[in-house]
Amino acid sequence: MRDFDYIRPATIPDAIAAAAEPGSAYLAGGTNLLDLMKGGVTSPERIVDISRLPELNRIERLDDGGLRIGALVRNADLAHDAAFARTYPAVAEALLSGASAQLRNAATVGGNLLQRTRCSYFYDTASACNKREPSAGCAALGGENRLHAVLGWSDACIATHPSDFCVPLVALDAVVEIEGKAGRRHVTLAEFHRLPGDTPQRENALEPGDLIVAVRLPAEAASFAANARYLKVRERTSYAFAVVSAAAALVVDGGKIRAARLALGGVAAKPWRSRSAEAVLLGAGANEANFIRAADAALADASPSGDNAFKIELARRIVVRALMSAQAGTPERLPALPASPFSNIPGARHDA
Amino acid sequence: MTLELSLNQQPAHARQGSSIGQPLTRRDGFLKVTGAARYAADNHPPGMLHAVLAVSSITRGRVASLDIEAAKAHAGVVEVMTPRNRPALAADPDAKDHPFMFRLDLLQNDQVRYPNQTIAVVIAETLEAATEGAALLSPRYEALPARVGLDDAESFVPRGVGVGGPAVQHKGDIEAGLKSARTRIEATYETPAQYHNAMEPHAIVAAWDGDRLSIDTPSQGLAMAQGRIAGLFGIAPQNIHIRSPFLGGGFGSKGMISGPQVLGILAARLVGRPVKLVLRREQMYGPVGHRAPTRQTLRMGMDGEGRLTAIHHHAKTASSTFDDFFEPAADASHTLYASPAITTSHEAVRLDTGTPLFMRAPGEATGSIALESAIDEAAHACGMDPLEFRLRNHAEVEPMTGKPFSSKALRECYSQAAKAFGWASRPLQPRLMRDADGFLTGWGMGTATFPAIMFQAEARAVLKADGSGLMETGAQDMGQGAWTAFAQIAADGLGLDIEQVDFRAGSSDLPNAGIAGGSGHTATAGMAIHNAGAAVIARLADLATGNEASPLFGAGNEGVLARGGRLYRRDDESRSESYAEILARAGLTEIEGHGKGAPDPASQETYAKHAHGAVFAEVKVDPDFGQIRVTRLVGAFAAGRVINPRLVRSQYYGGMIWGVSFALHEEAITDRRSGRIQNANLAEYHVPVNADVPSVEALLVHEDDPYVNALGIKGVGEIGITGTAGAVANAVWHATGVRPRRFPIRIEDLLV
Repeated sequence: MRDFDYIRPATIPDAIAAAAEPGSAYLAGGTNLLDLMKGGVTSPERIVDISRLPELNRIERLDDGGLRIGALVRNADLAHDAAFARTYPAVAEALLSGASAQLRNAATVGGNLLQRTRCSYFYDTASACNKREPSAGCAALGGENRLHAVLGWSDACIATHPSDFCVPLVALDAVVEIEGKAGRRHVTLAEFHRLPGDTPQRENALEPGDLIVAVRLPAEAASFAANARYLKVRERTSYAFAVVSAAAALVVDGGKIRAARLALGGVAAKPWRSRSAEAVLLGAGANEANFIRAADAALADASPSGDNAFKIELARRIVVRALMSAQAGTPERLPALPASPFSNIPGARHDA
Repeated sequence: MTLELSLNQQPAHARQGSSIGQPLTRRDGFLKVTGAARYAADNHPPGMLHAVLAVSSITRGRVASLDIEAAKAHAGVVEVMTPRNRPALAADPDAKDHPFMFRLDLLQNDQVRYPNQTIAVVIAETLEAATEGAALLSPRYEALPARVGLDDAESFVPRGVGVGGPAVQHKGDIEAGLKSARTRIEATYETPAQYHNAMEPHAIVAAWDGDRLSIDTPSQGLAMAQGRIAGLFGIAPQNIHIRSPFLGGGFGSKGMISGPQVLGILAARLVGRPVKLVLRREQMYGPVGHRAPTRQTLRMGMDGEGRLTAIHHHAKTASSTFDDFFEPAADASHTLYASPAITTSHEAVRLDTGTPLFMRAPGEATGSIALESAIDEAAHACGMDPLEFRLRNHAEVEPMTGKPFSSKALRECYSQAAKAFGWASRPLQPRLMRDADGFLTGWGMGTATFPAIMFQAEARAVLKADGSGLMETGAQDMGQGAWTAFAQIAADGLGLDIEQVDFRAGSSDLPNAGIAGGSGHTATAGMAIHNAGAAVIARLADLATGNEASPLFGAGNEGVLARGGRLYRRDDESRSESYAEILARAGLTEIEGHGKGAPDPASQETYAKHAHGAVFAEVKVDPDFGQIRVTRLVGAFAAGRVINPRLVRSQYYGGMIWGVSFALHEEAITDRRSGRIQNANLAEYHVPVNADVPSVEALLVHEDDPYVNALGIKGVGEIGITGTAGAVANAVWHATGVRPRRFPIRIEDLLV
């Protein structure tokens, strides 16, 4: 077998020291890393198992009204935390629309931010991929790419980030708390993921050894609780990545939008916050005409990277619907099929 | 292999009278839910090594080099099998002695003819070492351009399609029929390549002892596998013992022994130790058969009353470059709808893929979705309700041959399913129904059909001194419930309660039960069991009626009845005797009888034999996003006698769900340049999840068929896919007004 070192550090500083060595990879839930290793997509020489590090699995309310989510909190635990789901309903909905129940029970908050693209050419080691092997080329260009990026892509890479969770997080100004050799620092999620440019292998702001210890939501994120939705179009009702998704959050007062947040998923190499759409909405009337204007603004720079022009129109429509749903108000309880257009099944429970 | 579980553990199903017809739960269910059922890969004989396939990453060309030294240097690697050292075979794997013999890739040379073809086998002490050894081979190739799509190679008319049927068939004058029509439609439909994804990938544990071979491997046809392996290795079939008590799904992919399974046997031969080989999921996409892509064009003509005047069904499909299997899609139009003129025709290309083979309802599934879509288009063109149109064109005799049907309760299927579904209130025009949430709602239907096929099977029945019975046949349980249904037939055949019958199956040292395929296993092996039971009861009756000491003495003319472990005089049931008493008096510890199952050639000649059904589907479509959900499926099926309604209903459910998969989900995404399949995993090769099929109902329509076989069984394994896929497609049209012409239906096709 291919040998690798397995280290289970007792403290965060030990973990960082171990992972700073070249060829290291952190292991948390393992839902993505183990698949990548089995497929020969990545071959770390050293696995630093952080899954039992203390204190990273807590959800803490902060004195300033914000929330701090430990990096090892499981997706399912976070989504089913009643106070969390009530305060950040779009995030809970996004979490429950991702993967399968089994995967959500294993996957962690920090790992979700770091999951790799689902571009099939990235996984297929017989195909060229600049992300996997810099300068090798991009087989997805001109290949089977109907689900690839329509925003922020480059000729070096047209892959998308697959996360649902990150979409409402970036809309709500989430901040990534990172601990590294130089100490602790905070990076906004909007700046955490990078667009491919000429270096698609550089996917985020982490330096060697850097460990995500928490994700923070600022106090203001809670102000959208009454009007926040996540919506995801997919090719089957569950256990499928988004063709396109959107998170929309509004503060509406007297028919006027006092605050607006909008982000798209499945369209780019990062969760796509659309500040231009938010600018259209701010101070505008909460109505369909303005939502359509916002959608046009959100997709103004979109262009197909292959057989995926339909995703641009689909994304426009999802933005409008997500905003309409947000305006209509967060439902009393999580819908039976979270984030699905078919979410309204009377009497059904999402965890049934 | 004998099931040790008795129905005593399931008191809810204790019953009186006949076993046949009872909705018993699976007798092997307890073993499966507790993990005690031993599948092929669960076997670990002492000294066993692990073999891992190294497979081609190119689609066409040759292997220029392999770093065998690097692989062999890896700790734990025992041997690397390549064309250079692969043990000799007695037969050429590229030989084709008969149409049912398919060419295998057994490292006969360095040529690569499809992606994921085996180029070497690494054998090691552990799975991990073998896996890494395979990676270390670092193959280099000389690649040639791949031929990937239906337009990438020269088209030809195959000599035969399916299992050898003519590629082109005519009845009547198709052009005259079209010319005379008041209304005509023409439409082309595309279906994609689909690959087998049974829960259990192909696996084998092989052990040699001299020239005797012991194998654990899933097989839908033990005797056929035994014969094929015997031919390849030049040993007697009886020297090969195959155990296959449970399959984690077959669906046609385990009908023939596949190349990788034989490579496991070769690996064991090479190293002189038992070897286990299990395919990785992505390795299923190549060497174990698949459903070929099709492009089908249907031309239909209708008179002023909506009667078909012509059906022309043309299918283009693909086989591999090195073997012949042609999906007989157009043949779906032979049996369903009456028309004075019918032409079915096929053309094909050769692509750089593994050879397409049987996949649940081969031909019927692909052909049905196109035919049922076209029928829907024809009904709409005539301004008729799709059910009324189908009834107008109901075939009273088999359209292509003119033969009468042995039985055909299709009208009853239509009416029962339509009623249960509520079809009567359907508006004719599309895009008129919306639900309370604003979703476009559509209702569609399709007719289901599948031929009632029988193969050849044998069974051996034994009655023992203690009054209990034994029934043996090498039948195969793919998960469909053969352990249970056959035990029910055996119990009735032996006149015993099911608890008193030791039913043995799933092993090649038992009588040949034929193949578990073509939806014919229950009929074929069931008839062998039934006849074996009758034979041993006849012997027992002879012992009793011929002995003066028996209360049944002299009843030879009147005959006896076997029931509950006793023989009763037919004309006087107060006179009876137990099996045990009869055997004890005769001084016998046991007696046996043999039976065969086979199609009756006379009725085969006279009658057209098919199961039928009607499927109705409701879909909801998001008007903005084009996302589809099948909210209701109702099917009614008539397939002759039902041995176990619970199992039969499950078969229909499974088939119907596969129909949903066909219409909405399943597709091998193949890179148009490299020919490599890009979604060879269960995350991205989509099949429906539970949330995709919230409501499925299958109605069993009573049907007596005196001609198919004495038990009246037709077969239920494949019919559920047919009809359903078209019903879903037609419901999508009815919801949206957009006619699906390529499958699976994509979101972008509905974004209008």
